Amino acid sequence: MALDVQNGDTSAVSVLEESLAQIRSRNEELNVFLYVDEEGARAAASAVDERVARGENVGTLAGVPVALKDNLCQTNIPTTCSSKILEGWRPPYNATVVDRLLAAGAVPVGKTNLDEFAMGSSTENSAFGPTRNPHNTSRVPGGSSGGSAAAVAADMTPLALGSDTGGSIRQPAALCGLIGVKPSYGLVSRYGLIAFASSLDQIGPLTKTVSDAAIALEAIAGHDPLDSTSLPEPSPSLVAHVEDGVAGKRIGVVRELIDGADADVVASVERAVEVLKEAGATIVELSVPEFRLGLSAYYLIAPAEASSNLARFDGVRYGLRVKADDVTAMMEATRTAGFGEEVKRRIMLGTYALSAGYYDAYYGQALKVRTLTIDAFRRAYREADLLLGATTPSVAFEFGSKTADPMAMYLSDVFTIPSNLSGEPAISVPFGTGEAGLPIGVQLLGPGRSEAQLFAGARVLEIADGRP
Amino acid sequence: MPELRREDVAHVAKLARLIMSDAELDMFTEQLGQVLEHASDMNALDLEGVVATAHPFGLVNVVRDDVPRECLDHDVVMAMAPDAEDGRFAVPRILGDAP
Amino acid sequence: MSLPDGWEMVVGLEVHTELKTNTKMFCGCTNTFGAAPNTNVCPICLGLPGSLPVLNVRAVELAMAIGTALHSTISPSTFHRKNYFYPDMPKDFQISQYDLPINAGGYLDLPDGSRVSIERAHLEEDTGKSTHLGGSGRIHDADRSLVDYNRSGVPLVEIVSGPDIRSSAQARTYAAELRGILIATGASDGRMEEGSMRIDANVSVRRTGEPFGTRCEIKNLNSLRSLVRAIDFEAARQVELIEGGATVRQETRHWDENLGSTSTMRVKEEADDYRYFREPDLVDLVPDQAWQDRVRDGLKPMPAERRAVLTRRLGDPAPALLDALEVVIDLGLDSFVIAALDAGVEPDLAMARAANEIASDLDGLVNLSVESYVATLLMEQSSELSATQSKTVLAEILANGGEPTSVAASKGFERLASGALGEVVAQLIDDHPDEWSRYRSGDEKLAQFFIGRVMKLTNGQANGKEVIAELQARR
Repeated sequence: MALDVQNGDTSAVSVLEESLAQIRSRNEELNVFLYVDEEGARAAASAVDERVARGENVGTLAGVPVALKDNLCQTNIPTTCSSKILEGWRPPYNATVVDRLLAAGAVPVGKTNLDEFAMGSSTENSAFGPTRNPHNTSRVPGGSSGGSAAAVAADMTPLALGSDTGGSIRQPAALCGLIGVKPSYGLVSRYGLIAFASSLDQIGPLTKTVSDAAIALEAIAGHDPLDSTSLPEPSPSLVAHVEDGVAGKRIGVVRELIDGADADVVASVERAVEVLKEAGATIVELSVPEFRLGLSAYYLIAPAEASSNLARFDGVRYGLRVKADDVTAMMEATRTAGFGEEVKRRIMLGTYALSAGYYDAYYGQALKVRTLTIDAFRRAYREADLLLGATTPSVAFEFGSKTADPMAMYLSDVFTIPSNLSGEPAISVPFGTGEAGLPIGVQLLGPGRSEAQLFAGARVLEIADGRP
Repeated sequence: MPELRREDVAHVAKLARLIMSDAELDMFTEQLGQVLEHASDMNALDLEGVVATAHPFGLVNVVRDDVPRECLDHDVVMAMAPDAEDGRFAVPRILGDAP
Repeated sequence: MSLPDGWEMVVGLEVHTELKTNTKMFCGCTNTFGAAPNTNVCPICLGLPGSLPVLNVRAVELAMAIGTALHSTISPSTFHRKNYFYPDMPKDFQISQYDLPINAGGYLDLPDGSRVSIERAHLEEDTGKSTHLGGSGRIHDADRSLVDYNRSGVPLVEIVSGPDIRSSAQARTYAAELRGILIATGASDGRMEEGSMRIDANVSVRRTGEPFGTRCEIKNLNSLRSLVRAIDFEAARQVELIEGGATVRQETRHWDENLGSTSTMRVKEEADDYRYFREPDLVDLVPDQAWQDRVRDGLKPMPAERRAVLTRRLGDPAPALLDALEVVIDLGLDSFVIAALDAGVEPDLAMARAANEIASDLDGLVNLSVESYVATLLMEQSSELSATQSKTVLAEILANGGEPTSVAASKGFERLASGALGEVVAQLIDDHPDEWSRYRSGDEKLAQFFIGRVMKLTNGQANGKEVIAELQARR
């Protein structure tokens, strides 16, 4: 699309109008966008067309409409994290990824729904209503980047950015039949991403094709002096490696990334194994028992960091304030009214895990398990170049089917969490369909900075799945 | 590990500046208890000698030069304020000193 | 002021200093004082959602300089979050250092010969500032508060001493010496009254030989005088409590300068639980040996070393000079004194004109060169200028610049012609027979009377010593 715009075969404005029309047609039903910036998008699209007319090279995302998860700051655009506590807040600055999208010529069209403060796996925790899965509107799109996934799956935009802390890009990508990438920790700047769990969060693209994901990731990746945890090197070359194939690569099939998945998901993974074998890869059966500890460690580390990151929402400087006679009462009333149940649950879990007398047993222990996970990955990558597994245990589930018991919801992250703990990259690739014809995603994982190989492997699966 | 008690949850809610009803306290005590129970397999491990990892790719010494950068316009800052007076953020009275 | 027999006080001091960097600890806002409220803030120091901290390298170097000067071990360190809710904290946590501070251990040798151990000196960020309205301006009777975040994010180093201090005088000496070090390293301007250096005192008492007692923390003492008075008051208060059969409650207390007492805020229901954990938005700090060496090599001499050098040069200074010595070291005027000594100026004179005349107009230091100082003193020593004239010349240079010869000329200071003095003295004796006869009878104080009169008559051109010689000759 960007090439078409750059070549003048189509105009950014016409591309945008199609996108806006599609949004208008389906947003009420699906509740994808919390805010659509028609005016800003039109101005950006016109600017792109003007630059093309002047013969300028606009960028690799020239004229591409982009949906932004509503935990990404965009100057003067309402940014809520799907929470009442930030309702109406407009950031005075852009997230670095937004600046980079703009520099590549992309056209941000609006902010998408998410589980409140990115805490959830279904987008049912939004304070502004759930988002519906475009493939089947009685089902969830996944979470927490459910809105971003639905935006792409419903053809509203070809590209959306989400964030992934325990699987929040990959799982909705799998449930909506999309490519979803969680990059290496530090590859993409977190400046301007409203933090959930700082040591786990990463921003990444959701797209329909592997090639689009590679183009998008290349545009936003690379060192940012505003993020101390960002990797020192500039954006890597990814697009050039998409067609590299997997011949000669060792693919480790990890039983702990498959056990517990529904039969239809397991079948997809097995088929993926065959495809990769046929494409010239060697398959290795691996067991990494440390992955089983990941859920427990994650559900202590992430809430602990979140409890601290969300402390700033106290009614003093921005956002919601509920009046009271003294400042402590004001903070309590504000936070009680402003946060939803899941957010409160995680704040309390996290506060407990850090509190005096419990730190060593809970948070301290979880950090050690994280080291075990990192070491386990390192050992696995001596035997394999990439790892393969399922992305989620099942296809998209029905609304309300997991909300009664928080643990049930948390368990849907079991295959995605290990990569967040280790900081290593992973990609979910649509591969087949399952129950009720719903999409299934399989997951490729790689060592740090191996995104190029992940795209190459994903491309092989994409072609085999009938999307050449 | 000791079982999570209702008083612990009430204490934690106070620390986190959240007001809980009795029903909520009961519910959260049960739910948090389940999560912690699930973590018991992790707790049982003897991880003496295992060290927490700082940055997954070992970054150290990330610093910036002592050079000024543009700051925010005062009006933009104050426009966000729920309550302001004299160019400052107004809050109801503070009981007790800073720790 | 001392405690009753058998009792001793145990004091540890925590000193916070703002660092003299161009920008704040984690963002590029300027590190200034006195800007209009909330005009020096950005997403980072306001803690806006999505913002991230990036460490200021100069803050790290100044912290290392302080650690070097305090003989600490500069260690690999980590930043931690100290979590608590307070309106002047934009993130409701403070980025600080906890169990792995940049400087661990160390000591400070005091001029009185005692040594105070240093537990740590670590980096952290400052908070915003609140003003309390609707009452007396104190927090406890206000009905609302206003917060300014200009100070939020300013870099701080916190220096924690061991509980080694045993008197308020020693505490004062420690604080003064530490302040001198902070200024000498370039880390701080040491302006307690502006709040760039703040002291908290931990005070407990015990009967000699017994274990440490319960301590109270007295916060935010902002002058050396308050420090002494507060410590003395608090130690006495605790002794009285214990002797009366009560126990000391561990609490934070405030020093009221006007009332001359410490008092407690409402007692907290529970101890603070800061839930420290490693700051995930920052990476570890591992200063290698080369960096540490660069910092060490760049350090100017510390007060103790300068004191030793000057003492040696003065060659066994009389006790009367010791006070002046402290002033000269404290104000960093030793280069003036040493240059004067090198040029042959007598120690008393070299010290006096620095400790008195320069000290009274420190803002004027930019106008006075070491050469001018030396030249003026040499003119005084050779009686080209009288003492009074010399002081006037120095004051003039400090105030308005210039150099000694031209300033002296412009003021009409010339040497009083010899012989002229004798005539003036003779005239005065005739004019003041009562005073003269009392002087002749042995009342030495009247020498000053005559000197004063001579000075007036000669526009300060006379030399005091010569006047006395004349008086004695005529006695």
